[in-house]
Amino acid sequence: MIKQLSWKVGGQQGEGIDSTGEIFSIALNRMGYYLYGYRHFSSRIKGGHSNTKIRISVRPIRAVSDELDVLVAFDQETIDLNAHELHEGGVILADAKFNPTLPEGVSAQLFAVPFTKIAQDVGLAQMKNMVAVGASSALLGLPLEAFQSVIEEKFSRKGQQVVDKNMQAIQRGVEYITEQTGGPLNALRLEKSDGKKRLYMIGNDAIALGALAAGARIMAAYPITPSSEIMEYLIKQLPKFGGTVVQTEDEIAAISMVIGANYGGVRALTASAGPGLSLMTEAIGLSGMTETPAVIVNTQRGGPSTGLPTKQEQSDINAMIYSTHGEIPKIVIAPSTAEECFYDTIQAFNLAEKYQCPVIILSDLALSLGKQTVEPLDYDRIQIERGNLVTDDQELEELENSQLFKRYQFTDNGISPRILPGKKHGLHHVTGVEHDETGRPSENPLNRKKMMEKRLRKLEQGIDFKDPVHLDCKHEEADLLIVGINSTRGVIHEAMERLEEKEGVKVNHAHVRQVLPFPTDILREQMAKAKKVVVVENNATGQLANLLKLHVGMADKITHIGKYDGNPFLPSEIYNQCKELLVHGHV
Amino acid sequence: MATFKDFRNKVKPNWCPGCGDFSVLAAMQRAFANQGLEPEDVAIVSGIGCSGRISGYVNAYGFHGVHGRALPIAQGLKLANRDLTVVAAGGDGDGFAIGMGHTIHAIRRNVDITYIVMDNQVYGLTKGQTSPRSEMGFKTKSTPKGSIEATIAPMEMALTAGAGFVAQAVSSDLKQLTRLVEEGLKHKGFSLINVYSPCVTYNKVNTYDWFKEHLVNLDDEEGYDPSNRMQAMQKLMEHNGLVTGLIYQNKERKAYEELIPGFDEKPLAKQDLKINKEQFEELVAEFA
Repeated sequence: MIKQLSWKVGGQQGEGIDSTGEIFSIALNRMGYYLYGYRHFSSRIKGGHSNTKIRISVRPIRAVSDELDVLVAFDQETIDLNAHELHEGGVILADAKFNPTLPEGVSAQLFAVPFTKIAQDVGLAQMKNMVAVGASSALLGLPLEAFQSVIEEKFSRKGQQVVDKNMQAIQRGVEYITEQTGGPLNALRLEKSDGKKRLYMIGNDAIALGALAAGARIMAAYPITPSSEIMEYLIKQLPKFGGTVVQTEDEIAAISMVIGANYGGVRALTASAGPGLSLMTEAIGLSGMTETPAVIVNTQRGGPSTGLPTKQEQSDINAMIYSTHGEIPKIVIAPSTAEECFYDTIQAFNLAEKYQCPVIILSDLALSLGKQTVEPLDYDRIQIERGNLVTDDQELEELENSQLFKRYQFTDNGISPRILPGKKHGLHHVTGVEHDETGRPSENPLNRKKMMEKRLRKLEQGIDFKDPVHLDCKHEEADLLIVGINSTRGVIHEAMERLEEKEGVKVNHAHVRQVLPFPTDILREQMAKAKKVVVVENNATGQLANLLKLHVGMADKITHIGKYDGNPFLPSEIYNQCKELLVHGHV
Repeated sequence: MATFKDFRNKVKPNWCPGCGDFSVLAAMQRAFANQGLEPEDVAIVSGIGCSGRISGYVNAYGFHGVHGRALPIAQGLKLANRDLTVVAAGGDGDGFAIGMGHTIHAIRRNVDITYIVMDNQVYGLTKGQTSPRSEMGFKTKSTPKGSIEATIAPMEMALTAGAGFVAQAVSSDLKQLTRLVEEGLKHKGFSLINVYSPCVTYNKVNTYDWFKEHLVNLDDEEGYDPSNRMQAMQKLMEHNGLVTGLIYQNKERKAYEELIPGFDEKPLAKQDLKINKEQFEELVAEFA
């Protein structure tokens, strides 16, 4: 019995690769296994190689594995591109239609299964996906009923006939492979799962659901990979809660609309990737200067410019901290699991209103689109805190002599009372020009200094963000501290386990979740406990490593492991480079 | 009930004496009062430039944003609180140069706001450069030999973009201007009012006198029917856009807010944020 295995399905983009993976993984999720799914896709709609790799385990996982157990191939290209990942004894299930062959040097078992032919016999060539799902389930010895109930659900609105045909396709897949192998392969028998009910979602789903739960009712956005799912989810759900999504003409309009809506008193968000964030920077400054809350999601992808639109990267860290001219208070948080995507998004809205400033939720492609198991989300953890907002039923005193309300009143903590337009006796001005306490433009040097300090003071004492650094630091004295951000949480964890197990070294892991204000103290404490610090990040210049050097120091200890070829880290890559560092002192 | 004086505040505009924007300010204040609005019912979102300062000169809620983005901010605000009367205002650079993309799309989208452009056909606050509304050959600091780019025709552009309310006025006719602002406020959907608002400092061509000589008042045109889009376009082309009055109005077209599925009469800003447990469990079930 094995504890985990990896299954991959590949073919031409647009061929139903996604839905094959979808049905397979929903069924496994319901059986109680932990899953992690990652899609490899290109910036085109039809054609080009595409694959989905799904890892199945009896314990929590959040990374793709180094190796592959089962490869389902709808074309020879899939075999040629992916067979090298198969470990010895791995299995290929390939459509007999294209006379599949094994590439040289690959020792996997190849089963040519007439996916297309069986599907045609049943009624429709497209159902080859179902035949493949059936064959896979039989090979792994998984109960067929789990898959059947998913199909029932997925196709029931298309009529019983469609359901029946899909069931037949699955059944025929099972029968065919059973004839070939005589039953499930022992090397692929998974341990029994705990059978618990969990969710299976991509980070973008969790962000969108978090926004809805946080009370966001307006989203303004421009479509872009890899953030569009957030918008798509809210387009579907917001109308049920009275809200709406506006697809704007560009990202500048999107962030401006978000600022307008927040000024009006509605929690609103926008989501984009690097190119969109570049366009938004001026308005992010407006949000900071006018102290208007705004929540902005950046699902990082390969940059610069159009870069690698469908690939993983973490190269916007600096841009999120520094972009926009002038100096404003700004918060940048970085969830590292889909679960955190949900809870952090709720927190983001609270922080934006509490500190009356822009909050950027920094994600990355692998987190936003990678599909992972999530423990049931807790309704009771949804807290809505609106900060110093004068409520609707609160009566205001009449302002004497037609004075204006002090919307930007100087206070000890820098946070001033916020009034929504429409309120009687609350008139005030809002402007991106430097202003006095009532919002009137002012170039008075004394006022300027005080107002600048007031705004910056809001975040100076630190912010009320739960879990600014995820710590997995069991050693008081460690040989190594690995630091990461966003989606690398799982892969670092696995490398850490492997290093401890195989090399006998003591490894701690700190994952940065709050990027701005930087959690210097927490990181300093952990860095002090380690002989060496390795920063694992998907960029070329070591942005996170440089932040550590800037804020904490200890530059001599810090090494950066970067990967910027568009693909997420594999556990072995981190393991090998850390090992190298420990043995030779450098990577 | 508020009078136009209630919409005045104590801030002295930093406009040049004789600037056309003073009339626009007065027309807005009168129109708000005439429409029975109170200062807290009104929010003015403005752009950047001399005219952009207008939101600070009206005793109402005011938001002075970034250059060219008054419209998206105003639309976001209106969607957040549909009880508010939202007016966007700015100059021709703001609306037809840097913000032109937003202007066309705000027209298409048709959120119920009123957009007043103070069109002086020149860049004033940056001290006299060409604007997309400058005439060909117009000499400025940035076009010392005269502008060699064609002029944007905002009214024709608005008609082709599907605008439901298109009007044009001139600062020297406060009465017509006030009436058109009121019509714009009443119109359900996006209303565009372009106001020839002379810059007495940097535009020595398109002066009050020049407008007096060139403008055709549609109010005086017998049989002019503002519901006839074809006629509107023809009239504009006939006079090279130099007309004042209500050029076109489509009372049938529904505002964006009316077309959003499930969008309530009660402003979003006044609705409860929290979703109940049952709804939450239902949402989560999709991912099980």
